[in-house]
Amino acid sequence: MIEICIYGRGGQGGVTLAELVAHAAIQEGKHAQSMPAFGPERRGAPVLAFLRVNETERIKIRTEVAEPDVLVVLDPGLLQVGDVVSRLKKDGIAVVNTKKSHDEMKSEISAGRLATINAMSIAKGILGLPIVNTTMLGALIKATGIVKLESLEEPLKERFGKVATKNIEAMKKAYEETVVR
Amino acid sequence: MKKGKIVGLEGSFAIAEAVRMVNTDVISSYPITPQTHIVERLAEMIADGELDAEFICVESEHSAMSACVGASAAGARVFTCSASQGLELMHEVLYIPSSMRLPVVAVTANRALSAPLSVWCDHSDAMAIRDIGWIQIFAENNQQAFDLTVCAYRIAEDKEVLFPAMVHIDGFYLSHVIEDMVLPDDEEVADFIPEYEHPFVLDPESPVSMGCYGPPFIYTEAKKAQEVAFGKSKYQILETWKEFGETFGRYYSPVETYKMEDASIALLTMGSIGETAMLAVDEMREGGKDVGLIRLRLWRPFPFTELREAVKDVELLVVLDRAISSGMGGPVCSEVKSALYDMREDLRIVGFIGGLGGRDITIEVFKYMVNRALEYPEKEEEFEIIDVRE
Repeated sequence: MIEICIYGRGGQGGVTLAELVAHAAIQEGKHAQSMPAFGPERRGAPVLAFLRVNETERIKIRTEVAEPDVLVVLDPGLLQVGDVVSRLKKDGIAVVNTKKSHDEMKSEISAGRLATINAMSIAKGILGLPIVNTTMLGALIKATGIVKLESLEEPLKERFGKVATKNIEAMKKAYEETVVR
Repeated sequence: MKKGKIVGLEGSFAIAEAVRMVNTDVISSYPITPQTHIVERLAEMIADGELDAEFICVESEHSAMSACVGASAAGARVFTCSASQGLELMHEVLYIPSSMRLPVVAVTANRALSAPLSVWCDHSDAMAIRDIGWIQIFAENNQQAFDLTVCAYRIAEDKEVLFPAMVHIDGFYLSHVIEDMVLPDDEEVADFIPEYEHPFVLDPESPVSMGCYGPPFIYTEAKKAQEVAFGKSKYQILETWKEFGETFGRYYSPVETYKMEDASIALLTMGSIGETAMLAVDEMREGGKDVGLIRLRLWRPFPFTELREAVKDVELLVVLDRAISSGMGGPVCSEVKSALYDMREDLRIVGFIGGLGGRDITIEVFKYMVNRALEYPEKEEEFEIIDVRE
Protein backbone atom coordinates (compact mmCIF):
# COMPACT_ATOMS: atom_id res chain seq x y z
CA MET A 1 0.00 0.00 0.00
CA ILE A 2 1.22 3.49 -0.83
CA GLU A 3 0.24 6.24 1.59
CA ILE A 4 0.35 9.87 0.52
CA CYS A 5 -0.03 13.21 2.31
CA ILE A 6 -0.90 16.27 0.26
CA TYR A 7 -0.11 19.64 1.76
CA GLY A 8 -1.66 22.70 0.21
CA ARG A 9 -3.59 25.82 1.02
CA GLY A 10 -7.37 26.23 0.85
CA GLY A 11 -8.28 26.89 -2.80
CA GLN A 12 -5.24 25.14 -4.29
CA GLY A 13 -7.15 21.91 -4.81
CA GLY A 14 -5.21 19.43 -2.67
CA VAL A 15 -8.37 17.54 -1.71
CA THR A 16 -9.38 17.39 -5.38
CA LEU A 17 -5.94 16.07 -6.32
CA ALA A 18 -6.36 13.20 -3.84
CA GLU A 19 -9.85 12.46 -5.15
CA LEU A 20 -8.77 12.46 -8.82
CA VAL A 21 -5.97 9.96 -8.16
CA ALA A 22 -8.34 7.78 -6.10
CA HIS A 23 -10.80 7.69 -9.02
CA ALA A 24 -8.03 6.89 -11.51
CA ALA A 25 -6.67 4.08 -9.32
CA ILE A 26 -10.13 2.56 -8.83
CA GLN A 27 -10.73 2.69 -12.60
CA GLU A 28 -7.48 0.74 -13.00
CA GLY A 29 -8.96 -1.95 -10.75
CA LYS A 30 -6.95 -0.97 -7.68
CA HIS A 31 -8.26 -0.15 -4.21
CA ALA A 32 -8.02 3.50 -3.18
CA GLN A 33 -9.14 5.85 -0.45
CA SER A 34 -9.02 9.65 -0.43
CA MET A 35 -9.66 11.39 2.86
CA PRO A 36 -9.55 15.11 3.59
CA ALA A 37 -8.33 16.37 6.95
CA PHE A 38 -10.73 19.26 7.19
CA GLY A 39 -9.79 22.28 9.18
CA PRO A 40 -11.54 25.60 8.99
CA GLU A 41 -12.25 25.63 5.26
CA ARG A 42 -11.06 28.96 3.98
CA ARG A 43 -8.86 30.11 1.16
CA GLY A 44 -5.20 30.38 2.07
CA ALA A 45 -5.29 28.27 5.24
CA PRO A 46 -3.11 25.15 5.26
CA VAL A 47 -5.12 22.10 4.12
CA LEU A 48 -4.08 18.48 4.35
CA ALA A 49 -5.44 15.58 2.35
CA PHE A 50 -4.65 11.88 2.51
CA LEU A 51 -4.57 9.24 -0.19
CA ARG A 52 -4.02 5.52 -0.04
CA VAL A 53 -3.67 3.13 -2.98
CA ASN A 54 -3.42 -0.63 -2.65
CA GLU A 55 -3.09 -2.79 -5.76
CA THR A 56 -4.42 -6.00 -4.29
CA GLU A 57 -6.29 -5.60 -1.01
CA ARG A 58 -9.23 -3.63 0.29
CA ILE A 59 -8.05 -0.69 2.40
CA LYS A 60 -9.30 -1.17 5.94
CA ILE A 61 -7.37 1.49 7.82
CA ARG A 62 -9.45 4.65 8.32
CA THR A 63 -7.15 7.03 10.16
CA GLU A 64 -4.97 9.92 9.08
CA VAL A 65 -1.75 8.98 7.31
CA ALA A 66 0.89 9.37 10.02
CA GLU A 67 4.03 8.33 8.11
CA PRO A 68 3.55 8.85 4.39
CA ASP A 69 5.51 7.15 1.61
CA VAL A 70 4.93 10.21 -0.52
CA LEU A 71 4.56 13.87 0.34
CA VAL A 72 3.04 16.25 -2.19
CA VAL A 73 3.67 19.92 -1.40
CA LEU A 74 1.54 22.30 -3.44
CA ASP A 75 2.82 25.46 -1.77
CA PRO A 76 6.57 25.60 -1.00
CA GLY A 77 5.86 28.20 1.68
CA LEU A 78 4.34 25.40 3.81
CA LEU A 79 7.80 23.83 4.13
CA GLN A 80 8.71 26.76 6.36
CA VAL A 81 5.52 26.70 8.41
CA GLY A 82 5.59 23.43 10.26
CA ASP A 83 6.55 19.88 10.62
CA VAL A 84 5.91 18.86 7.02
CA VAL A 85 8.85 16.71 5.94
CA SER A 86 9.80 15.01 9.20
CA ARG A 87 6.90 12.53 9.08
CA LEU A 88 7.95 11.25 5.65
CA LYS A 89 9.26 7.67 5.71
CA LYS A 90 13.05 7.35 5.45
CA ASP A 91 12.94 6.03 1.90
CA GLY A 92 9.93 8.19 1.04
CA ILE A 93 9.75 10.80 -1.69
CA ALA A 94 8.77 14.47 -1.47
CA VAL A 95 7.13 15.96 -4.56
CA VAL A 96 7.49 19.72 -4.32
CA ASN A 97 6.19 22.62 -6.37
CA THR A 98 9.04 25.10 -6.38
CA LYS A 99 10.72 27.63 -8.62
CA LYS A 100 14.06 26.79 -7.03
CA SER A 101 16.47 24.43 -8.77
CA HIS A 102 16.37 20.76 -7.82
CA ASP A 103 19.78 20.96 -6.13
CA GLU A 104 18.84 24.05 -4.15
CA MET A 105 15.67 22.38 -2.86
CA LYS A 106 17.59 19.18 -2.12
CA SER A 107 19.91 21.13 0.16
CA GLU A 108 16.98 22.65 2.02
CA ILE A 109 14.90 19.61 2.94
CA SER A 110 15.87 16.25 4.34
CA ALA A 111 13.69 13.97 2.23
CA GLY A 112 15.11 10.58 1.20
CA ARG A 113 14.21 11.25 -2.40
CA LEU A 114 12.98 14.43 -4.04
CA ALA A 115 10.96 15.39 -7.09
CA THR A 116 10.73 19.05 -8.08
CA ILE A 117 8.66 20.96 -10.60
CA ASN A 118 7.83 24.61 -11.18
CA ALA A 119 4.10 23.84 -11.23
CA MET A 120 3.08 27.44 -10.63
CA SER A 121 4.74 28.55 -13.86
CA ILE A 122 3.07 25.74 -15.85
CA ALA A 123 -0.37 26.36 -14.29
CA LYS A 124 -0.21 30.09 -14.93
CA GLY A 125 1.02 29.50 -18.48
CA ILE A 126 -1.55 26.89 -19.53
CA LEU A 127 -4.53 27.46 -17.25
CA GLY A 128 -3.97 31.17 -16.64
CA LEU A 129 -4.60 30.43 -12.96
CA PRO A 130 -2.33 30.01 -9.93
CA ILE A 131 -3.99 26.67 -9.08
CA VAL A 132 -1.45 23.87 -9.22
CA ASN A 133 -3.28 20.70 -8.23
CA THR A 134 -3.81 19.23 -11.70
CA THR A 135 -0.29 20.22 -12.75
CA MET A 136 1.10 18.48 -9.68
CA LEU A 137 -0.71 15.30 -10.77
CA GLY A 138 1.90 14.99 -13.52
CA ALA A 139 4.75 15.41 -11.02
CA LEU A 140 3.24 12.86 -8.61
CA ILE A 141 2.86 10.25 -11.35
CA LYS A 142 6.38 10.87 -12.68
CA ALA A 143 7.76 10.45 -9.17
CA THR A 144 5.74 7.39 -8.13
CA GLY A 145 3.97 5.75 -11.08
CA ILE A 146 1.04 5.29 -8.71
CA VAL A 147 -1.39 5.32 -11.66
CA LYS A 148 -0.99 5.65 -15.41
CA LEU A 149 -1.00 9.20 -16.76
CA GLU A 150 -3.85 8.38 -19.16
CA SER A 151 -6.00 6.98 -16.32
CA LEU A 152 -6.44 10.52 -15.07
CA GLU A 153 -7.98 11.83 -18.27
CA GLU A 154 -11.43 10.41 -17.53
CA PRO A 155 -11.60 11.66 -13.92
CA LEU A 156 -10.36 15.10 -15.07
CA LYS A 157 -13.05 15.26 -17.77
CA GLU A 158 -15.69 14.19 -15.28
CA ARG A 159 -14.56 16.86 -12.81
CA PHE A 160 -13.76 19.81 -15.04
CA GLY A 161 -15.81 19.29 -18.21
CA LYS A 162 -14.64 21.65 -20.98
CA VAL A 163 -11.57 22.95 -19.17
CA ALA A 164 -10.30 19.40 -18.62
CA THR A 165 -8.23 19.62 -21.83
CA LYS A 166 -6.04 22.38 -20.46
CA ASN A 167 -5.67 20.59 -17.14
CA ILE A 168 -4.59 17.44 -18.96
CA GLU A 169 -2.08 19.51 -20.95
CA ALA A 170 -0.68 21.01 -17.73
CA MET A 171 -0.45 17.56 -16.14
CA LYS A 172 1.42 16.14 -19.12
CA LYS A 173 3.82 19.09 -19.27
CA ALA A 174 4.61 18.63 -15.57
CA TYR A 175 5.15 14.92 -16.17
CA GLU A 176 7.77 15.79 -18.82
CA GLU A 177 9.53 18.45 -16.76
CA THR A 178 9.59 16.97 -13.25
CA VAL A 179 13.09 16.24 -11.99
CA VAL A 180 13.35 13.12 -9.82
CA ARG A 181 16.57 12.32 -8.00
CA MET B 1 -26.32 -12.92 -7.94
CA LYS B 2 -26.56 -9.26 -8.85
CA LYS B 3 -23.12 -7.94 -9.67
CA GLY B 4 -23.32 -4.20 -10.29
CA LYS B 5 -20.10 -2.36 -11.10
CA ILE B 6 -17.08 -1.23 -9.10
CA VAL B 7 -16.96 2.54 -8.73
CA GLY B 8 -15.10 5.13 -6.71
CA LEU B 9 -17.72 7.05 -4.78
CA GLU B 10 -17.79 9.45 -1.86
CA GLY B 11 -19.93 8.18 1.04
CA SER B 12 -22.31 11.10 0.66
CA PHE B 13 -22.75 10.46 -3.06
CA ALA B 14 -23.27 6.75 -2.41
CA ILE B 15 -26.20 7.65 -0.17
CA ALA B 16 -27.60 10.05 -2.77
CA GLU B 17 -27.44 7.19 -5.30
CA ALA B 18 -29.43 4.95 -2.92
CA VAL B 19 -32.06 7.67 -2.42
CA ARG B 20 -32.32 8.12 -6.20
CA MET B 21 -32.45 4.42 -7.05
CA VAL B 22 -35.33 3.69 -4.67
CA ASN B 23 -37.22 6.53 -6.38
CA THR B 24 -37.83 8.76 -3.37
CA ASP B 25 -40.83 11.08 -3.77
CA VAL B 26 -40.08 13.92 -1.37
CA ILE B 27 -36.84 15.25 0.12
CA SER B 28 -36.66 18.02 2.67
CA SER B 29 -33.33 18.79 4.26
CA TYR B 30 -31.26 21.67 5.55
CA PRO B 31 -27.51 21.62 4.86
CA ILE B 32 -25.06 21.21 7.73
CA THR B 33 -21.45 20.00 7.77
CA PRO B 34 -20.60 17.11 7.29
CA GLN B 35 -23.94 16.09 5.75
CA THR B 36 -23.85 18.85 3.09
CA HIS B 37 -22.64 16.78 0.14
CA ILE B 38 -25.65 14.44 0.43
CA VAL B 39 -28.22 17.21 0.19
CA GLU B 40 -26.24 19.09 -2.50
CA ARG B 41 -26.00 15.98 -4.66
CA LEU B 42 -29.72 15.21 -4.25
CA ALA B 43 -30.67 18.78 -5.17
CA GLU B 44 -28.44 18.48 -8.25
CA MET B 45 -30.05 15.16 -9.23
CA ILE B 46 -33.51 16.70 -9.03
CA ALA B 47 -32.45 19.83 -10.94
CA ASP B 48 -30.85 17.68 -13.67
CA GLY B 49 -33.92 15.46 -13.99
CA GLU B 50 -32.11 12.33 -12.75
CA LEU B 51 -34.55 12.00 -9.87
CA ASP B 52 -38.25 12.85 -10.14
CA ALA B 53 -38.77 14.09 -6.58
CA GLU B 54 -40.10 17.14 -4.81
CA PHE B 55 -37.38 19.05 -2.94
CA ILE B 56 -38.96 21.14 -0.20
CA CYS B 57 -36.60 24.00 0.74
CA VAL B 58 -36.82 24.91 4.41
CA GLU B 59 -35.22 27.40 6.77
CA SER B 60 -34.25 24.91 9.49
CA GLU B 61 -34.03 21.24 10.42
CA HIS B 62 -37.15 21.62 12.58
CA SER B 63 -39.08 22.53 9.44
CA ALA B 64 -37.31 19.86 7.39
CA MET B 65 -38.58 17.10 9.64
CA SER B 66 -42.01 18.75 9.83
CA ALA B 67 -42.21 18.75 6.03
CA CYS B 68 -41.13 15.09 6.01
CA VAL B 69 -43.89 14.23 8.50
CA GLY B 70 -46.52 15.92 6.33
CA ALA B 71 -45.30 14.34 3.12
CA SER B 72 -45.07 10.91 4.71
CA ALA B 73 -48.58 11.26 6.15
CA ALA B 74 -49.79 11.94 2.61
CA GLY B 75 -48.28 8.62 1.55
CA ALA B 76 -45.02 9.78 -0.05
CA ARG B 77 -41.66 8.00 0.15
CA VAL B 78 -39.61 10.52 2.10
CA PHE B 79 -35.92 11.21 2.83
CA THR B 80 -33.98 13.70 4.92
CA CYS B 81 -30.49 13.99 6.35
CA SER B 82 -28.76 16.02 9.03
CA ALA B 83 -26.01 16.05 11.67
CA SER B 84 -25.10 17.36 15.09
CA GLN B 85 -26.83 20.63 16.03
CA GLY B 86 -29.14 20.17 13.05
CA LEU B 87 -30.35 16.83 14.35
CA GLU B 88 -30.79 18.41 17.77
CA LEU B 89 -32.90 21.22 16.31
CA MET B 90 -34.95 18.48 14.64
CA HIS B 91 -35.21 16.57 17.91
CA GLU B 92 -38.70 17.71 18.95
CA VAL B 93 -40.20 16.63 15.64
CA LEU B 94 -38.32 13.30 15.47
CA TYR B 95 -40.82 11.75 17.92
CA ILE B 96 -43.74 12.45 15.61
CA PRO B 97 -43.01 10.01 12.75
CA SER B 98 -42.10 7.23 15.18
CA SER B 99 -45.30 7.55 17.20
CA MET B 100 -47.47 8.23 14.13
CA ARG B 101 -45.85 5.22 12.38
CA LEU B 102 -44.56 7.19 9.40
CA PRO B 103 -41.64 5.46 7.64
CA VAL B 104 -39.40 8.47 6.97
CA VAL B 105 -35.85 7.43 6.02
CA ALA B 106 -32.98 9.61 7.24
CA VAL B 107 -29.20 9.65 7.24
CA THR B 108 -27.11 11.30 9.94
CA ALA B 109 -23.48 12.16 9.24
CA ASN B 110 -22.43 11.71 12.86
CA ARG B 111 -20.80 14.81 14.32
CA ALA B 112 -19.92 16.16 17.75
CA LEU B 113 -22.11 18.66 19.60
CA SER B 114 -21.10 22.16 20.74
CA ALA B 115 -19.31 23.52 22.72
CA PRO B 116 -16.48 23.79 21.79
CA LEU B 117 -17.74 24.10 18.22
CA SER B 118 -16.71 20.98 16.33
CA VAL B 119 -17.71 19.89 12.85
CA TRP B 120 -15.86 16.60 13.31
CA CYS B 121 -17.08 13.09 13.98
CA ASP B 122 -18.28 11.48 17.14
CA HIS B 123 -21.53 9.78 18.16
CA SER B 124 -22.98 12.42 20.50
CA ASP B 125 -25.76 13.32 18.06
CA ALA B 126 -26.68 9.67 17.46
CA MET B 127 -26.82 8.95 21.19
CA ALA B 128 -28.96 12.00 21.93
CA ILE B 129 -31.78 10.49 19.87
CA ARG B 130 -31.60 6.89 21.02
CA ASP B 131 -34.94 7.01 22.88
CA ILE B 132 -37.10 8.48 20.11
CA GLY B 133 -38.34 5.26 18.51
CA TRP B 134 -36.38 5.38 15.25
CA ILE B 135 -34.62 2.32 13.91
CA GLN B 136 -30.91 3.22 14.10
CA ILE B 137 -28.30 1.46 11.96
CA PHE B 138 -24.55 2.17 11.87
CA ALA B 139 -22.52 1.83 8.65
CA GLU B 140 -18.84 0.99 8.58
CA ASN B 141 -17.80 1.96 5.03
CA ASN B 142 -19.26 3.50 1.89
CA GLN B 143 -20.54 0.17 0.60
CA GLN B 144 -22.54 -0.25 3.78
CA ALA B 145 -23.71 3.36 3.67
CA PHE B 146 -25.30 2.58 0.30
CA ASP B 147 -26.56 -0.93 1.08
CA LEU B 148 -28.02 -0.07 4.47
CA THR B 149 -29.77 3.04 3.12
CA VAL B 150 -31.46 0.94 0.44
CA CYS B 151 -32.46 -1.62 3.08
CA ALA B 152 -33.71 1.13 5.42
CA TYR B 153 -36.52 1.99 2.96
CA ARG B 154 -37.68 -1.59 2.68
CA ILE B 155 -37.56 -2.10 6.44
CA ALA B 156 -39.28 1.18 7.36
CA GLU B 157 -42.02 0.82 4.76
CA ASP B 158 -42.85 -2.82 5.55
CA LYS B 159 -46.49 -2.90 6.71
CA GLU B 160 -45.43 -4.87 9.78
CA VAL B 161 -42.95 -2.11 10.65
CA LEU B 162 -43.99 1.42 9.59
CA PHE B 163 -41.34 3.10 11.71
CA PRO B 164 -38.85 5.75 10.63
CA ALA B 165 -35.30 4.49 10.09
CA MET B 166 -31.98 6.28 10.35
CA VAL B 167 -28.67 5.19 8.88
CA HIS B 168 -25.66 6.63 10.71
CA ILE B 169 -22.48 7.33 8.80
CA ASP B 170 -19.47 8.85 10.53
CA GLY B 171 -18.93 12.45 9.44
CA PHE B 172 -15.86 12.91 7.21
CA TYR B 173 -14.67 9.30 7.81
CA LEU B 174 -17.40 8.17 5.41
CA SER B 175 -19.22 11.30 4.24
CA HIS B 176 -16.10 12.83 2.64
CA VAL B 177 -14.09 9.72 1.80
CA ILE B 178 -13.91 8.36 -1.74
CA GLU B 179 -13.27 4.63 -1.90
CA ASP B 180 -14.05 1.69 -4.13
CA MET B 181 -17.42 0.01 -3.75
CA VAL B 182 -19.94 -1.96 -5.77
CA LEU B 183 -22.83 0.07 -7.15
CA PRO B 184 -25.76 -2.10 -8.29
CA ASP B 185 -27.74 -1.21 -11.41
CA ASP B 186 -30.84 0.97 -11.02
CA GLU B 187 -33.16 -1.90 -11.97
CA GLU B 188 -31.60 -4.28 -9.47
CA VAL B 189 -32.30 -1.85 -6.63
CA ALA B 190 -35.77 -0.99 -7.95
CA ASP B 191 -36.61 -4.72 -8.01
CA PHE B 192 -35.51 -5.06 -4.37
CA ILE B 193 -37.72 -2.20 -3.16
CA PRO B 194 -41.44 -3.01 -3.35
CA GLU B 195 -44.06 -0.42 -4.25
CA TYR B 196 -44.84 1.53 -1.12
CA GLU B 197 -48.36 1.98 0.12
CA HIS B 198 -49.18 3.16 3.63
CA PRO B 199 -52.46 1.69 4.92
CA PHE B 200 -53.61 5.02 6.40
CA VAL B 201 -52.83 8.23 4.53
CA LEU B 202 -54.19 11.75 4.55
CA ASP B 203 -56.79 11.68 1.81
CA PRO B 204 -59.73 14.12 1.50
CA GLU B 205 -61.85 11.31 -0.01
CA SER B 206 -61.30 9.14 3.03
CA PRO B 207 -60.45 11.37 5.99
CA VAL B 208 -58.45 10.14 8.96
CA SER B 209 -57.04 11.91 12.02
CA MET B 210 -53.39 11.49 12.94
CA GLY B 211 -51.48 12.34 16.09
CA CYS B 212 -54.64 12.99 18.07
CA TYR B 213 -54.98 14.15 21.64
CA GLY B 214 -54.06 11.26 23.97
CA PRO B 215 -55.56 11.69 27.45
CA PRO B 216 -54.42 9.44 30.33
CA PHE B 217 -57.02 6.77 29.51
CA ILE B 218 -55.36 5.98 26.16
CA TYR B 219 -51.76 7.32 26.18
CA THR B 220 -50.21 4.29 27.91
CA GLU B 221 -52.02 1.91 25.54
CA ALA B 222 -50.78 3.90 22.54
CA LYS B 223 -47.19 3.84 23.82
CA LYS B 224 -47.32 0.12 24.63
CA ALA B 225 -48.67 -0.67 21.16
CA GLN B 226 -45.84 1.40 19.66
CA GLU B 227 -43.17 -0.27 21.79
CA VAL B 228 -44.37 -3.81 21.06
CA ALA B 229 -44.45 -3.09 17.33
CA PHE B 230 -41.03 -1.44 17.48
CA GLY B 231 -39.49 -4.49 19.16
CA LYS B 232 -41.02 -6.75 16.50
CA SER B 233 -39.51 -4.65 13.70
CA LYS B 234 -36.31 -6.66 14.24
CA TYR B 235 -37.84 -9.60 12.38
CA GLN B 236 -38.29 -7.48 9.26
CA ILE B 237 -34.79 -6.05 9.70
CA LEU B 238 -33.36 -9.59 9.79
CA GLU B 239 -35.54 -10.68 6.88
CA THR B 240 -34.61 -7.65 4.74
CA TRP B 241 -30.88 -8.04 5.37
CA LYS B 242 -31.13 -11.77 4.60
CA GLU B 243 -32.87 -11.12 1.31
CA PHE B 244 -30.45 -8.34 0.49
CA GLY B 245 -27.60 -10.77 1.06
CA GLU B 246 -29.21 -13.42 -1.15
CA THR B 247 -29.79 -10.83 -3.89
CA PHE B 248 -26.58 -8.79 -3.77
CA GLY B 249 -24.12 -11.08 -1.98
CA ARG B 250 -23.45 -8.76 0.96
CA TYR B 251 -24.88 -9.92 4.28
CA TYR B 252 -25.58 -7.77 7.33
CA SER B 253 -26.47 -8.69 10.91
CA PRO B 254 -27.51 -6.73 14.01
CA VAL B 255 -24.25 -7.82 15.66
CA GLU B 256 -21.31 -8.63 13.39
CA THR B 257 -18.23 -10.46 14.61
CA TYR B 258 -14.61 -10.80 13.52
CA LYS B 259 -12.28 -13.55 14.74
CA MET B 260 -14.59 -14.25 17.69
CA GLU B 261 -14.58 -18.06 17.33
CA ASP B 262 -11.86 -18.65 19.93
CA ALA B 263 -11.62 -15.18 21.49
CA SER B 264 -11.48 -14.69 25.25
CA ILE B 265 -11.19 -10.90 24.86
CA ALA B 266 -13.62 -8.93 22.70
CA LEU B 267 -13.53 -5.33 21.51
CA LEU B 268 -16.89 -3.72 20.81
CA THR B 269 -17.23 -0.75 18.42
CA MET B 270 -19.80 1.06 16.29
CA GLY B 271 -19.43 2.90 12.99
CA SER B 272 -16.52 3.63 10.69
CA ILE B 273 -13.73 2.51 13.01
CA GLY B 274 -14.73 -1.16 12.62
CA GLU B 275 -12.27 -2.08 9.90
CA THR B 276 -9.37 -0.28 11.64
CA ALA B 277 -10.31 -2.29 14.75
CA MET B 278 -10.02 -5.47 12.65
CA LEU B 279 -6.42 -4.55 11.84
CA ALA B 280 -5.80 -3.96 15.56
CA VAL B 281 -7.26 -7.41 16.31
CA ASP B 282 -4.95 -8.97 13.68
CA GLU B 283 -1.90 -7.31 15.23
CA MET B 284 -2.86 -8.25 18.78
CA ARG B 285 -3.40 -11.86 17.70
CA GLU B 286 0.09 -11.88 16.18
CA GLY B 287 1.26 -10.75 19.61
CA GLY B 288 -0.40 -13.76 21.22
CA LYS B 289 -3.64 -12.24 22.56
CA ASP B 290 -6.84 -14.05 21.60
CA VAL B 291 -8.80 -10.90 20.81
CA GLY B 292 -11.92 -10.69 18.65
CA LEU B 293 -14.16 -7.87 17.50
CA ILE B 294 -17.89 -7.20 17.83
CA ARG B 295 -19.51 -4.41 15.81
CA LEU B 296 -23.04 -3.28 16.62
CA ARG B 297 -24.64 -2.74 13.24
CA LEU B 298 -28.12 -2.27 14.73
CA TRP B 299 -28.43 0.14 17.65
CA ARG B 300 -32.22 0.40 17.86
CA PRO B 301 -34.06 -1.82 18.45
CA PHE B 302 -31.20 -3.07 20.63
CA PRO B 303 -30.02 -6.56 19.60
CA PHE B 304 -30.08 -8.27 23.02
CA THR B 305 -30.15 -11.88 21.76
CA GLU B 306 -27.39 -11.46 19.19
CA LEU B 307 -25.12 -9.61 21.64
CA ARG B 308 -25.52 -12.30 24.28
CA GLU B 309 -24.72 -14.95 21.72
CA ALA B 310 -21.62 -13.06 20.56
CA VAL B 311 -20.11 -12.74 24.06
CA LYS B 312 -21.08 -16.16 25.42
CA ASP B 313 -17.48 -17.45 25.60
CA VAL B 314 -15.76 -14.14 26.34
CA GLU B 315 -14.03 -13.29 29.64
CA LEU B 316 -13.29 -9.63 28.97
CA LEU B 317 -15.39 -7.24 26.90
CA VAL B 318 -13.79 -3.87 26.04
CA VAL B 319 -16.31 -1.29 24.84
CA LEU B 320 -15.37 1.88 22.95
CA ASP B 321 -17.80 4.79 23.12
CA ARG B 322 -17.52 7.86 20.86
CA ALA B 323 -19.83 9.88 23.10
CA ILE B 324 -20.29 10.78 26.74
CA SER B 325 -23.48 10.42 28.69
CA SER B 326 -22.59 13.12 31.20
CA GLY B 327 -22.45 11.87 34.77
CA MET B 328 -22.84 8.29 33.58
CA GLY B 329 -19.99 7.31 31.22
CA GLY B 330 -20.23 5.84 27.75
CA PRO B 331 -23.81 5.28 26.56
CA VAL B 332 -23.00 2.15 24.53
CA CYS B 333 -21.10 0.61 27.45
CA SER B 334 -23.94 1.39 29.86
CA GLU B 335 -26.44 -0.33 27.60
CA VAL B 336 -24.17 -3.28 26.91
CA LYS B 337 -23.70 -3.74 30.66
CA SER B 338 -27.43 -3.59 31.27
CA ALA B 339 -28.13 -6.03 28.42
CA LEU B 340 -25.63 -8.55 29.84
CA TYR B 341 -26.17 -7.90 33.56
CA ASP B 342 -27.87 -11.14 34.45
CA MET B 343 -26.00 -13.28 31.97
CA ARG B 344 -22.71 -14.31 33.58
CA GLU B 345 -20.87 -13.24 36.71
CA ASP B 346 -17.44 -13.97 35.27
CA LEU B 347 -17.80 -11.61 32.30
CA ARG B 348 -15.90 -8.39 32.92
CA ILE B 349 -16.93 -5.30 30.92
CA VAL B 350 -14.60 -2.30 30.73
CA GLY B 351 -15.64 0.94 29.05
CA PHE B 352 -13.47 3.53 27.30
CA ILE B 353 -14.46 6.82 25.75
CA GLY B 354 -12.45 8.07 22.78
CA GLY B 355 -12.58 9.46 19.28
CA LEU B 356 -14.44 12.55 20.41
CA GLY B 357 -14.78 15.52 18.06
CA GLY B 358 -12.80 13.91 15.24
CA ARG B 359 -9.87 12.55 17.26
CA ASP B 360 -8.46 9.60 15.32
CA ILE B 361 -8.69 6.17 16.92
CA THR B 362 -5.53 4.41 15.82
CA ILE B 363 -4.51 0.77 16.04
CA GLU B 364 -2.27 1.78 18.96
CA VAL B 365 -5.28 3.19 20.83
CA PHE B 366 -7.11 -0.13 20.50
CA LYS B 367 -4.03 -1.94 21.83
CA TYR B 368 -3.88 0.49 24.74
CA MET B 369 -7.54 -0.19 25.59
CA VAL B 370 -7.06 -3.95 25.69
CA ASN B 371 -3.79 -3.77 27.67
CA ARG B 372 -5.26 -1.28 30.10
CA ALA B 373 -8.37 -3.42 30.65
CA LEU B 374 -6.18 -6.48 31.25
CA GLU B 375 -3.83 -4.85 33.73
CA TYR B 376 -6.60 -3.35 35.85
CA PRO B 377 -8.74 -6.34 36.86
CA GLU B 378 -10.54 -4.24 39.45
CA LYS B 379 -10.77 -0.84 37.86
CA GLU B 380 -11.71 1.85 40.32
CA GLU B 381 -13.27 4.21 37.82
CA GLU B 382 -16.42 3.25 35.98
CA PHE B 383 -14.90 4.38 32.69
CA GLU B 384 -11.82 6.07 31.28
CA ILE B 385 -11.47 8.78 28.65
CA ILE B 386 -8.49 7.72 26.54
CA ASP B 387 -5.87 9.42 24.39
CA VAL B 388 -6.06 12.67 26.36
CA ARG B 389 -3.27 15.21 26.84
CA GLU B 390 -3.02 16.01 30.55
